[in-house]
Amino acid sequence: MSDGKPTITVCDATLRDGSHACSHQITVEQVRAYATAAEAAGFSFLEVGHGNGLGASSLQVGESLVPEGEMLRAAKACLQHTKLSVHVIPGFATINREIAQAMEVGVELFRVGCHCTEADITQRHIGHVRSTGREAWGVLMMSHMVSAEVLLEETKKMQSYGAQGIVLMDSAGAYFPADVTAKVGLLAAKLEVPVGFHAHNNLGLAVANSIAALEAGARMIDGTGRGFGAGAGNAPIELIAAVLIKQGYTTSLDLYKALDAGDLAAKLFAGSLPESNGVTIVSGITGVFSGFAKPVQRVAKQLGVDGRDIFFELGRRKVVGGQEDLILEVADTLARRNKEAGKSPPAS
Amino acid sequence: MSAKKLGVAILGTGNIGTDLLVKVRRSPVLECRLFAGRNLSSPGMTKASLLGVPVSAKGFQSIVDRKDELVLVFDATSALDHVKHAPWLAEMGLVAVDLTPAKVGRMCVPAVNLTECLREPNINMITCGGQAAIPLAHAIKSANPSVKYLEAVSSIASRSAGPATRINLDEYLQTTEQGLQLFGGCERTKAILNLNPAQPCVHMQTTVMAKIAQPDLARTRAAVAEMVARIKTYIPGYQLILEPMVEGGRLVAMVRVDGLGDYLPRYAGNLDIINCAAIAFAEAYARQRTAPS
Repeated sequence: MSDGKPTITVCDATLRDGSHACSHQITVEQVRAYATAAEAAGFSFLEVGHGNGLGASSLQVGESLVPEGEMLRAAKACLQHTKLSVHVIPGFATINREIAQAMEVGVELFRVGCHCTEADITQRHIGHVRSTGREAWGVLMMSHMVSAEVLLEETKKMQSYGAQGIVLMDSAGAYFPADVTAKVGLLAAKLEVPVGFHAHNNLGLAVANSIAALEAGARMIDGTGRGFGAGAGNAPIELIAAVLIKQGYTTSLDLYKALDAGDLAAKLFAGSLPESNGVTIVSGITGVFSGFAKPVQRVAKQLGVDGRDIFFELGRRKVVGGQEDLILEVADTLARRNKEAGKSPPAS
Repeated sequence: MSAKKLGVAILGTGNIGTDLLVKVRRSPVLECRLFAGRNLSSPGMTKASLLGVPVSAKGFQSIVDRKDELVLVFDATSALDHVKHAPWLAEMGLVAVDLTPAKVGRMCVPAVNLTECLREPNINMITCGGQAAIPLAHAIKSANPSVKYLEAVSSIASRSAGPATRINLDEYLQTTEQGLQLFGGCERTKAILNLNPAQPCVHMQTTVMAKIAQPDLARTRAAVAEMVARIKTYIPGYQLILEPMVEGGRLVAMVRVDGLGDYLPRYAGNLDIINCAAIAFAEAYARQRTAPS
């Protein structure tokens, strides 16, 4: 804290958010190799599992190649200082089944998330985790959809349930830096617990937004190796590391090892690294969950409709993460409408 | 005339209980002889009083006091409470229609197993998502003998999910999964629930997905169409919005449920559907009881 810059906790979500980027096909070998690199880099937490968290492997959001217990065990065996964390969404994950298993494997941090207006569904899960002595944070997803005041109200609830940290996720990659400043700033000023930010790069702003979050008082920041995550990916964790060190924040990072983690991700996940394209950009401007990008592209192809049209309609309907089934309904409706209008399917 | 109607009580004066009251009052064969809760000034209680329905704030005790006037009790309290109520109701010989996820009695989906339930002392209405998804799962199973896996996803308006639903999400998932197992004849099942805060409120939608080695799409479509028609007889707002189709290695069908808009807004199809199912059971029970044998 030489020049007054605070200590920042870096959370590596590569082996969780990256699940979206490869349609949930992360292998045990990839988990082992990347977890070892994350440990060496000195990241505080490594999040592992299905993109939608514990218990989410399903036909709805995609089935994981490797059962979550196996993924978590493989990661845990590679970690010493870096703590193992999981994403938990009530409505997918249950206490008796998934949380119990994760506890048994030795998960240290449970990041219990929900759509940004539904904090009260996290009460039992956060309370349960705390009652066992493990660490629990509250996560608000799709946090671009409501005002800073609503986010404060919801996160205060999570804090009252026992959350020891709060993370705002820009799940649709829809924030601009000024939004981050206002929202993270208000929470950092009003909450007792530290605040974090999780960026997506759909509008090319993941790193800029992460910097805005830090400047607004965030003490935890998420990133993924080479941005391996949903939609156009996350804030690349090697860039986050470089920014933190360059700006003089106190961290537990080893710069070269953090850079190596990014390079390793590029090698390990070659072929499914996220990229910015028409569909991910429209996901950002319509404010639709980044994790929809892959299934939208798949369904668009099968039904012969434009994936961007699907995103615009989903945005109009204000869908939330987990409502992937609506992709099919919307695409089906669009296909019928196009047929009636005599429109031919898009060329690609 | 009212002597011919079946005397019922509604225990629990929240959204579910009050909406049930409106439905019971419309029924030609049911009569609400008691609306019981704990708080005389709750909105539901106020509505019941205005309608001239006998009310009581003495909770379960009022059922005991009036048991001679009653044949059937709708329990719209909580799973924990119903576990206590169930043996007492059984002792008094009152039929229990359980709208909580307590699962004390036999699971009932009127479109599938109504007749078998009529002799049971305690009927469990599973969950809202279960009432929407299970008949579809049953139809899919009937057309495809080798269903390997079944999944039900429901999205409901945030405003329609009260505090009890929110705190009991795990029980909702577990109970819905058990219902899918039982009626879908499939060991591996999964339930997912999404709350959507969009304004105007979204109507309940439920999607059933299945893994089937060689799905027979034509037979599935026919079986689902027949099932939807059967459900519509007691849940008018139940509509198939995505005909069974195969995508990404899964069989998918989707319904939307518009509520009747009795006590609750029309978007709350999730609350309407479980109440419609409970009423369908109670009316069938009343009719078979008075039918000349």
